[in-house]
Amino acid sequence: MLYEHELKTFVEGTTTFFEVAAQQPASIGSPYLLEGAPQLHEYTGLINVSGKRAGIVYFTAPKAMLAVLLMKMQESDFGHETMRDLVGEVANTISGNARRDFGGDFVISVPSVLSGESAAIAPPPGTRSFIIPINWRSHAAKLVVSLS
Amino acid sequence: MNGATPMNKRPIKLLIVDDSNIVRRRIERSQQFGGLELVGAAGNGVDALELFGKTDPDVVTMDLTMPRMDGIECIGRMVALKPEVRILVISALADKATAVEAMERGANGFLNKPFTDRQLNDAITDLMR
Repeated sequence: MLYEHELKTFVEGTTTFFEVAAQQPASIGSPYLLEGAPQLHEYTGLINVSGKRAGIVYFTAPKAMLAVLLMKMQESDFGHETMRDLVGEVANTISGNARRDFGGDFVISVPSVLSGESAAIAPPPGTRSFIIPINWRSHAAKLVVSLS
Repeated sequence: MNGATPMNKRPIKLLIVDDSNIVRRRIERSQQFGGLELVGAAGNGVDALELFGKTDPDVVTMDLTMPRMDGIECIGRMVALKPEVRILVISALADKATAVEAMERGANGFLNKPFTDRQLNDAITDLMR
């Protein structure tokens, strides 16, 4: 069972990125549970978790949202690699937050990045996916937490 | 100024080490660091050490999680080559153990990602005091 405070750590890692890097906070939609895997957006930053909990946590966002986020960060390069770099940095922030709050209870991987219209990421066996909508300006992304 | 160090006599040479292009450019773009001269930027610890030898920087901003050689090892090697170098770790790894390890290797400051321009400016200013 995933505790609320654990979920909060991952959510804060995501919203902190928008608040600090873009100087404009993101809002959180109503979280929901999904038995399968949600549809991915164009760019996804993912961390693997092991230890007290096992599974995956990822942030998946549409290109249009990332382009505006880059503009807000004064970035002038909106190319594919920069988009990948950006979702990697968001995942990096989520990972850092989790390491700070959970310490040695969680072992968290270096972020990896997926791009393109990939198929959905299947949740690890024995887990369900918590979907947390991340809304920023007129755009919507998803934070997905699938932990045992 | 009494007790002037070489840092006060010429532009302070800055080396940026981070595997994120966005973060490297963000630091490069900052116009707030009067007296700093950017001498190089590297995306991993191996390239950073090579640039370190060629450019002899006074100040280094250092990411921790990087391919080929991580920041912790890179800090130790840089400090062994030039003990007076000032190193600011800029990392998303916000746990205390990581910060302590970096400081033990010879880092002089720690800034969490993400950061604002103001936080970066303050951290660099503190580093050079």
